This record gives sequence, C-alpha cells and structure tokens, in this order.
Amino acid sequence: MNSSTSSQSQTAPHDAHAHEGSVKSYLTGFVLAAILTVIPFWLVMGHPIDSRGWTIFLILALAVVQIFVHIVYFLHLDMRSEGGWNMMAFVFTAILVIIVLGASIWVMWTENKLMMPMAEHGQNMHMSMPDK
Amino acid sequence: MPNRSEIWNFLFGRLTLDSFPFLHNNLEGYIVLAVFIPVCLGGIALLAAITKYKKWGYLWHEWFTSVDHKKLGIMYMILATVMLLRGFSDAIMMRSQQAISFGPNTGYLPPEHYDQIFTAHGSIMIFFVGMAYIVGLMNYIMPLQIGSRDVAFPFLNNLSFWFTFWGAITFMISLFVGKFSTAGWLGYPPISELTHSPGVGVDYYIWGLQLSGIGTLLTGINFVVTIIKMRAPGMSLMKMPMFSWTTLVTSGLIIVTFPILTATLLLLSVDRYLGMHFFTAAMGGNLMLYINLIWVWGHPEVYILVLPLFGVFSEIVPVFSRKPLFGYASMVYASVAIMVLSYLVWLHHFFTMGSGSAVNSFFSLTTMIISIPTGAKIFNWLFTMYKGRVEMTVPMLWTMGFLFTFTIGGMTGVMLSVAPADFLLHNSLFLIAHFHNVIIGGVVFGIFAGVNFWFPKAFGYKLDEFWGKLSFWGWQIGFWVAFGPLYVLGLMGVTRRKSHFDDMSLQIWFIIAAIGSAIIAFGILAFIIQLVISYKRRKEYAVGNDPWDARTLEWATSSPPPAYNFAFVPNVRERDAWMDMKENGYKRPLTGFNPIHMPKNTASGLVITTLCFLCTFALTWLIWWLAVVSFVGVIVASIHHTFNYHREEHIPADEVHESENDPDNWALENQSVSA
Amino acid sequence: MNTTVANTVPTAPTDFYCVQEPPAHNGTLVGFWIYLMSDCFIFASLFVSYAVLGTNYAGGPTGAEILDLNGLAVSTALLLVSSVVFGFAMLAMQKRNKGAMLGWLAVAGILAAVFLSLEVREFLHMIAEGAGPDRSAFLSAFFTLVGTHGLHVTVGCLWLIVLMVQLARFGINDANVRRLQCLSMFWHFLDLIWVGVFSYVYLVGVLL
Repeated sequence: MNSSTSSQSQTAPHDAHAHEGSVKSYLTGFVLAAILTVIPFWLVMGHPIDSRGWTIFLILALAVVQIFVHIVYFLHLDMRSEGGWNMMAFVFTAILVIIVLGASIWVMWTENKLMMPMAEHGQNMHMSMPDK
Repeated sequence: MPNRSEIWNFLFGRLTLDSFPFLHNNLEGYIVLAVFIPVCLGGIALLAAITKYKKWGYLWHEWFTSVDHKKLGIMYMILATVMLLRGFSDAIMMRSQQAISFGPNTGYLPPEHYDQIFTAHGSIMIFFVGMAYIVGLMNYIMPLQIGSRDVAFPFLNNLSFWFTFWGAITFMISLFVGKFSTAGWLGYPPISELTHSPGVGVDYYIWGLQLSGIGTLLTGINFVVTIIKMRAPGMSLMKMPMFSWTTLVTSGLIIVTFPILTATLLLLSVDRYLGMHFFTAAMGGNLMLYINLIWVWGHPEVYILVLPLFGVFSEIVPVFSRKPLFGYASMVYASVAIMVLSYLVWLHHFFTMGSGSAVNSFFSLTTMIISIPTGAKIFNWLFTMYKGRVEMTVPMLWTMGFLFTFTIGGMTGVMLSVAPADFLLHNSLFLIAHFHNVIIGGVVFGIFAGVNFWFPKAFGYKLDEFWGKLSFWGWQIGFWVAFGPLYVLGLMGVTRRKSHFDDMSLQIWFIIAAIGSAIIAFGILAFIIQLVISYKRRKEYAVGNDPWDARTLEWATSSPPPAYNFAFVPNVRERDAWMDMKENGYKRPLTGFNPIHMPKNTASGLVITTLCFLCTFALTWLIWWLAVVSFVGVIVASIHHTFNYHREEHIPADEVHESENDPDNWALENQSVSA
Repeated sequence: MNTTVANTVPTAPTDFYCVQEPPAHNGTLVGFWIYLMSDCFIFASLFVSYAVLGTNYAGGPTGAEILDLNGLAVSTALLLVSSVVFGFAMLAMQKRNKGAMLGWLAVAGILAAVFLSLEVREFLHMIAEGAGPDRSAFLSAFFTLVGTHGLHVTVGCLWLIVLMVQLARFGINDANVRRLQCLSMFWHFLDLIWVGVFSYVYLVGVLL
C-alpha cells in the first residue's frame, strides 16, 4: 500500500489529482448536468406525466445520476485518486448515508403511522411522507 | 439616553448578579460555594506557583503552542484526569443522595440540582474523560507505532486539543456562572427546548459539545490521513500494530458520526435561538426525530470509546504473554466489522418508543450480531495467553479485570438487545449498570492499563506497582459493589434518574451501591498517590527505551522519545517490527544523521479557539456585541494564520547526533525490567 | 511470524532503517476529501429532517405556495456555470497561467455571489410573507437545509477572496496549489449538494 518510491505523489503539482480534467471533460460534464437539470424542471413545470409518484421518482433518479456526473467530471473521482483511498472513503460514506437516510425514514415513518389519532389543529398529524 | 438597566443588558446580555449560584442564600447556593472556595484558592495557588517559579514561558513554548503529538497527547490526558475527578464527584453526590433519599427524607439535593448533576456526570465522563483519554493515547502512541515523526496535520492537532479544552471549560464554568442543563447527557427535547429549559443550562451544554465536537472531528481526519500517508516504508496495513488499526477504525467512525451530532445540536440551537420548530410538536416538529438522529450518533460513539482500548489490550496481552497476538487478521476484520455494524443498531436505545415490532426485530437482530466480532476478540486475547509465559504486571492485571468485567457487561447488553425484555429494562437501573459495566470494564480499565503500560515510554520511569495494584483492586471491587445492586434494582423495575424513592425496601441496595462508590473513590485516590510516589521515586524507577521487552516500534525510541521520534525513519519488514529488529541483530546507528524537518510551534490554535469560546459564552448569555466581535475575531485570526507559509523548521544533523549519543537519553538501553 | 527461524543470511543494519529521509507524502488533498465526506453527514442529517418534516405545514404555507421555481432555475444555472468556470481556472493553474486563472476564479466568485444574493432575497421575501423559519416545521427544515448550503457557499466565497489575494501575492507555489485544489473540491461538492437541494427540496417540495 505504501511505498517510499512512489513517484507520482511527490511535491509535483499534479499530485494524486493528475487526472485533472480537460476543457473537453468539463464541458461534457456541464452539458450532461444541464440536460439532467432541464428534464426535472420540465417534469414539474410542464407536467407531462400524470402520476405524481412517478414524477417524484424520476426527479430523484435523475438527481442521483447528476450527482454521479459531478463526481466523475468535476471531482475527478476514480480508483486511482490517492491510491484508491478517495474511492474507498466515498463508497463508505455513500453506504452509510444510504443507511442513515433509509433507516431513519423507515423508523420515523413507522412511528408516525403507529401514532394514535389526535385532535386536528396545531398538532403533528397524518404526516404524509414522500414516497422513497 | 439609555438607562442603566438597558446599558447593563446590552453589555452583559442576560448575565446578572443573580446568575452566580454561590451568591444565593439557599442550600444549593451553599453547596456551590463550598466547591467554589477551594477551586478559587486552588486556582490562585496554582497560578501563583507558576509565576513564582517563572514557568509561564516554559509552559507557553513547550506545551501550549506545541504541535508535537506527544505533548498534545499528554495534555489531553491531563485534562481527562482533571475531568475524571469532576465527573466522579458528581457520581459521589448522586450515590450519597440516592442512599439517603427515602420516604420522608428528601436528601440534600433538590430535584432540579440532582438533574444537573446526572446530566453533567454523563456528559463529562463521555466527552471529557473517555474521549479525551482515548484521543490522548492515540495521539501519543500511534505516530510512534507507525514509524512517523508526527501526525499529518500538526497545527490541526493543536487546534483540536484547544477546542476540546474550551469545551471542557464551558462545562466547568456552568458550575459557578449560571447553571447546567437538566436534560440528561443527550439533551432530549422537550426538556431541552426553550419551554422547559429557558435558562443557560442547555446552551452551555450545546456549545460545550459543539466546541469539543469540532476538535474531535478534526482529530479523526488527522489520524486517518496520518495512517494512510505516513506509515514507515514497508509497513503495509496488515503489518501495522493493532492499536494503530483500532486508531484507524475509531477515527473513521469519528469522521462519519460526529457530523450527525453537530447537525442535531444545530437543529436544537435554531429551535432555541431562532424560534424554529424541529422538535416542538405544536408547530409540526417531531421529538422522535431528535432521538433518532442523536442515537445514530450515540451508538457509534460508544464503539469509538471502546475500540481504541481493544487496541490497547491487543498490545499488552502479547507483550506479557511473550507471544505474538493470536489471530491478528481476524482481529482486523473484527474491528472493521464492528465499525460497519455499529451503524446498524442504534434503535436499540429506544425500542420502547413506538417503532413497532418489525423495526424493533430488525434492530434487535443486528444488536445481537454485533456482539459476535467483540466475542471473537475476547477469544483471541485468551488464545494469545494460552501457553504463553504470562507476567502479571499492573497493565496485565487491568487487562484481566477487563476480560472478566467487560465480558459480563457485554452479556447484559445481549439481554437488553431482546426487545421484549427491554420493555422492562429500558431506562431502568439495569441499563445504568450495563453501560457502566462495559464503559468501566472496557474503557476505564483499558485506560489505566494503557497508562501503566506506556507511562514509562512517555516519562522515562515506571509507575509504582504497589499503588497501581491497589488502585486496580479499588476499582475492580468497588465497581461490583457499586453496580451489582443496580442490576438487581433494575430487574425489579426501578427507574433511572430519580432523586427520591418512596419504597423503603430498596434503600439497602442503594446503601451498598454508595459503599461501592467509596471503594472506587479509594481506587482513584490510589491512582493519584501512584502518580505522586512514582514521580518522587523517578530515579529509582528509571527505565530505558524498552522496559517491557515489547514488540512494536514505539519501544525503539528513547524514553521519553526525542521531538523527532526517530533519528532515521524505520524500514519495516515484519509485523511486530521492533521484535523483528531485536531478533535479527538490529544495532542502533550512532552516526550518519540527516537534518530533520519538523513543524514549528504556533499560538494560532490557542488564539482561534479562545475567541471561539468567547463567542459561545456570549451566545449562551445573549451578549450579542461580544458574539459578533469574537466571531469576526475568529475569522480574522484564521485568515491571518493562513498567511503563514513558513511552518517548518529543521533540526540540524549535529543536534540529532548529540541527542542520539547522549547517555542520559539512552541509559538502560534495551534493558527490560521484570515485574 | 517473528518466531520463525531467523534468516540464515545476516541482515545489514540498514535493513532496519532508511539512511536517507523518505520523500514526504502530503496528505492535504486526501484529508480535505475526507472532510468533505464528513460534511456529507451534516447534509444527510438535514435531508433526513427535511424528509421527516417536509410536509408538516402546521396550517401555514405549503411548498407549492411559496417555492419559486423560476428563481430556482436561475440559481441552479448560476451554480452550475460557476462550477464549470472553476474547472477552467484549475486548467489555467495547471498551465501556470496566473492571469487566466485569476480571471476565471473571479468569474466563479461573482456567479456564486449573485447566487447568494438571490437566495438572501428569496429568504427575506418569504419571511416578509409570513413564511419564515419559525412558522412551521416544514419551513424550519427548508430554511436550515438551504441556509446551511448557503452558509457553505459564503465560506467558499470568503475563502476564494483570501486565496486570490494569496495567489496574486505569493504566486502559484506548492502550498497555494494544494489550497486551490481543496477549494475546487469544495466548490464542486457544494454544486453537488445543490443537485439534491433543488431536486428534493424544491422540485419535489412543490409537488407534495
């Protein structure tokens, strides 16, 4: 894992981000991100799909794709950055974020569902959760 | 023209003469006064002594502005020891109150004061004793073990320490200025919301934890990068000592969990300061959101506390069994498994709070599963000792105590993991007994084991064995006498955090528990005596670089190590690198040294964090002008620091030569001292 | 491991240590990346809070009523372009073209500053309309999540100004290169978080 003779990660300016983008990669990322932004906006403002559930699902799915576009084309994350440590940190973070988000929402939604019905106004009621 | 009270309000916010409890003419006021006077006198005496012996320059240059991981490690542990005394005083007060407060006798602590005490006790023990000790140990030892000269970010290391320090001060100052939170160590709403805690208590709590939380997060990042980037050549991860492995895993956990605490406390702050409604049910808030989030942090936190100590035991057992660690690879995998699994169990802290059977069953199962890797570790330690030549030194004695005590505590944890059982045991004294069982058996015993093991390395002399053994027995016996009754009471259904009971038949158990706490007090006293006596006899107890005939690289350096740690960066060939060197004819070089680059000292850390503390103090008391001024000061000081591009200096080769050839540094070289 | 038979070949003393100091491996970039990973958890907590409280209107304004999608489109475009422009600044830095680098950085900073001013305007407008963060849990979650992102952008802008001064004064030295690479990561990361914000908080928020 660690070698005293690794030449890349010296004081040279490129360091472990030697795979910095090029004009082409930044513009590709930009175009992809722009497309992935326009579509969700259109889904909401143009309202082409009747089903609200599907609209929401598509918006979120496209968001996830755009996040990957950012990661690849702007943040230049690949298996080589910092000897693979950046990718490992990212994957670990992603897994835990999904656990925290997913399980928390499962727990909170279940607790709300199991709440006894109460008087209407003011109180926290019939919390409708976005489909996830 | 504003009148006098308006000027006062502007200058001092909600701070008034009434905010000083020791001025109050009631029982609580007298108790605080009884503490305030000795603290003041002691503080003045300390300051006077430092001035008289002209030590301010020494303290400033050698300690406060130091970026040396060894100095910072020691400072963390001194802080932790002081806070141990504070946290333990809270425990004594609670035990004595609960021993007498039955029926018509309401004891000497009114309920509101009692609530502050248990809140302070828990928060201080977790954050400023447990965390501070482990960060101190990891700071001191890990860079030495991996053959590095310092951590990756020495300035951030200094900054982290001072953040932790000021967090502790925030808690301590609440004793004498204002009051502390009554909402328990986790600050659940609605108690912690404005309606039920309009005063400064919860704000002190929040800001103390936010300050120390920044320090802890930065430390986590620092340690991970150090291990990634600064291991000596040849030290692959699977050749790294177990304590450094647990440092890596712990630091990884810190990185992914502490931000959640930061965010959750932030949500509580905006509820309190900006009238928001995250946790106020009336306007759509959800109290369970707080509980859910805080335990997503809270459960990994307890693994953060204990994992480094598992690493400590993994160093101690092989050395005093004269055998390499059994099952190194499985120890590594178990540590990583614990790291991941600790993120899947948090709901077991609130089984009873309405999540239903499906959710409860899932988390019940994961909680049971997580006991398995820890069990594997226990077996590995036992197998290491099997057929070894076991030497019952003081560190090993603490380890034996841990194996016995912690294992039982873990088993009561598995009992609690059975969700239906937890419906009786949740928030009962059984729970209190369980977590003290694992924290004292695991974390506290581990700390004392580690301190006794590595103290000779840090200071050049061993700790007194007799008082060390006394201290151990005080803790070991005292623990069971103090907490055994709590298991019994918990199974009977007695609830935690009560300052008064009506059922007289319970009193005998609490009296026994109080006696237990007195025995532990003796154990702590013995530890202090051990430190004092060892210092007095330091010439007699002097040791060389490797008093224990140990296995890992830190024992290759002199005791104490020089600022640069290693004159030459080690080249690692095997696991247990130092043992490999000893067995294959290593001779310490005495010539041919190179100049060594080291980071320079800096005052920036202390300046920035002091301004942060002033800001949080101002926010607590709503002194807006001070909050703004100090916040701007933080920004200015930080930017100023970034303009310093010259943060390194070099130690000339002949200075290294002198240090490596100094007979005082290297007396008793490679001589081990039998128990 | 080390209780095996000792090597039959005698070991040279220098087998055990490095005669020359090994080259230093700077950890700033991986350290900053790891910090960004930790920041993900702050935002994850805030997203969880928004997910849980996002429809608790407490009788007050709903997302559909107060969220302005036209303004959102402009803000999103500003941030995305700012991100790409920052990339051009990095390319100029690699070519050691100080003028172009500072120029692109200035553009990126201005775009971010405009983004911030639009956001402040939006917040002030909402507060004036009685839809402030103290109106309901939904609004508390909205303001805190979007506001935290905005605070990060503010810190980024301040950092950018300081770094531009340092680049102008001290040139493109090793330390400044590392700092700019860190700021670049930070900049892109904030645009990445914004993808989550505009998608889930605004677009989905309008639908619920």
